[in-house]
Amino acid sequence: MKRLDHVRIAALGLGLLLGTSSAHAQTFLTIGTVNNGDMVRMQTLAKAYEAKHPDVRLNWVVLDENTLRQRLTTDITTSGGQFDVVTIGAYEAPMWGRQNWLTELKNLPASYEVEDLMPNVRKQLSVEGRLYAVPFYSEGSITYYRTDLFAAKQLTMPAEPTWEDIRGFAEKLHEPARGIYGICLRGKAGWGENMALVTTMVNAFGGRWFDEHWEPEIDSPEWHKAVNFYVDLLSKFGPPGPSSNGFNENLALFNSGKCGMWVDASVAGAFVTDRTQSQVPDKAGFAKAPRQVTAKGSSWLWTWALSIPASSRKQQAALDFILWATSKEYGQLVAERYGISAMPPGTRLSTYANQAYLSATPFAEVTQEAILTADPTSPSIKPVPYVGVQFATIPEFQAVASLVGRQISGALAGNSRVDKILHTSQGAVRRTMKRAGYYDKK
Amino acid sequence: MRASRPTSRTGRLMVSPAVLMLFVWMIVPLAMTVYFSTQYYNLLYPGKTSFVGLENFAYFFTYPSFFTSVINTLLLVGSVLAITVVFGVLISVLVDAPFPGQGIVRMLLISPFFIMPTVSALVWKNLLMNPVSGFFAWLSVSLGMTPVNWFSDWPLLSIILIVAWEWLPFAILIFITSLQSMNQEQKDAAQMDGANAFAVFRYLTLPHLARPIAVVVMVESIFLLNIFAEIFTTTSGGPGDATTNLPFLIFTQALLEFDVGAASAGGLVAVVLANIVAYFLIRLIGKSLTEA
Repeated sequence: MKRLDHVRIAALGLGLLLGTSSAHAQTFLTIGTVNNGDMVRMQTLAKAYEAKHPDVRLNWVVLDENTLRQRLTTDITTSGGQFDVVTIGAYEAPMWGRQNWLTELKNLPASYEVEDLMPNVRKQLSVEGRLYAVPFYSEGSITYYRTDLFAAKQLTMPAEPTWEDIRGFAEKLHEPARGIYGICLRGKAGWGENMALVTTMVNAFGGRWFDEHWEPEIDSPEWHKAVNFYVDLLSKFGPPGPSSNGFNENLALFNSGKCGMWVDASVAGAFVTDRTQSQVPDKAGFAKAPRQVTAKGSSWLWTWALSIPASSRKQQAALDFILWATSKEYGQLVAERYGISAMPPGTRLSTYANQAYLSATPFAEVTQEAILTADPTSPSIKPVPYVGVQFATIPEFQAVASLVGRQISGALAGNSRVDKILHTSQGAVRRTMKRAGYYDKK
Repeated sequence: MRASRPTSRTGRLMVSPAVLMLFVWMIVPLAMTVYFSTQYYNLLYPGKTSFVGLENFAYFFTYPSFFTSVINTLLLVGSVLAITVVFGVLISVLVDAPFPGQGIVRMLLISPFFIMPTVSALVWKNLLMNPVSGFFAWLSVSLGMTPVNWFSDWPLLSIILIVAWEWLPFAILIFITSLQSMNQEQKDAAQMDGANAFAVFRYLTLPHLARPIAVVVMVESIFLLNIFAEIFTTTSGGPGDATTNLPFLIFTQALLEFDVGAASAGGLVAVVLANIVAYFLIRLIGKSLTEA
């Protein structure tokens, strides 16, 4: 009798459970993304997606880049399954794809026009031709400068400046008493912050991270020249306290009219020309990222992309969402709401074939060129064993570049000498690589 | 009145589940940390986990930031202790004598202790110490001086100031309470004998405060060895290694480099270091506690 009761109650419970779940068959998608302007916009526009898909509810986790990366990496590597859609970059996509932590994106509908995605960008998100993520936006690095300040001092920015040129201009533009600093550059420690810029400078000065046998080259003359140049330039003609400035801090400085020049991601083009947030929207000029002994690897290539962890149990719904968020249709939606120049840059060829877009956005051409000319397979004039312009697609790179980045930001703050920290870094990087077994293979 | 033998045995039997529970609760995480510290285990390399013996420790000890982080940890703990004890004693003696509004002043003095570390760090970083928009910058500009660039020029000092500001109220709380138990008649007698305020402070108040000072030093050093939130929100251990202490170094290993092995090794090193500090503290201070 008693036993029967238990069975009955269990059956009743199960019935209720099934009944309620079929009554609202809702799918909750948890989306992890970065707090960059374009993604925050996606979060707002996704209301339109939810309206069309009443059975889907989106649950957003919006974090800053470093925190997001920590959360995603620990979740994905331990198969936590907390996220259904993740925002990852060109660094993670191929590595995680190779480990089968991400779902391969195949048989995409014809309406998505996968061929319209820039080939260079698509390549960054694939492993041997298999696509693991779709690009949300993509960027190269370019030089921003203030046309009004240049005109006032009768200077002309060449289309392809060298770092030596930049230094000369910075010296003439630097007037801290008037609140204008010659040059703003990233100084905040981090492999995705200061090291992105420093690596392109090292490339431009003819250096590389590793030689063909994975021996680090941080103690090489090219590194010494590039990093000394960087520290000297920024501490003489930069804003105060540059070691705490990252992308967002520099953007705020440039937008408030405090920077004469700024070398950073091309995606900021849409922000510096936006009247609602920039005080200098029509005074911004654009040029290529500075070169030095070579132009090779002097502009970086980065893509923020959406992907589905293999551990997600809502694959179909997640796929549907990421295709929507990276579609032409989404680009149109952004253009309607925020103006055509706000369209996600750097991902679709059709955007750059659109005359209305090209004439509305003064930075479109230089952006496209920066993305198309960057070659992740050959970032330096010397041969390299890794893939990536401003990073190397190996798991150790985060550790190695965070360490070097910390040391360089210390040198920038004047705590230690560049030559000394490069020497220390060389040893530390070699140690990490040795530990990971790079030199045992021979 | 000692319990008879059988009773004490029953008593021991009765508490044993709780003791066992506590023991397991303590030993399992510790054992796992010891286990992981002998493995090469990087989250990004799931297939490569292997036994490496003591390599993780060697790696952790020879990490370029290790020595700096130990020095920073000791500097941080030492200076905050010095500031909180010295100013704690002075301030509590100052507000001990009755004056109008004493209750409110005391409450205000104690209140910073109840602010969450992350919140107070953010307040200091953005509202006070910011070189462009902070209160200190405004103050120095209005006095015709150049604003101090706190977090890049004086990073460790900035952290010490923030942490001392948080822990000073704790010291004051203890000292005020203790001062209330001081013998007023003794003080009056001393003053009648011609002792001035300084002599009273030196020969009566300070000896009376010896015990609470010992308590403050002990409790604070346990918590100060683990300072993390303030560093994370303000300087992220930088610039360079200027504000990296041991907990922060372990964090960078575990969550920026995803190296579980080295982080576990670092965790054990921190445990040992904390025990060494605790041992000396107890020997030094424990005496003064038992004497009185």
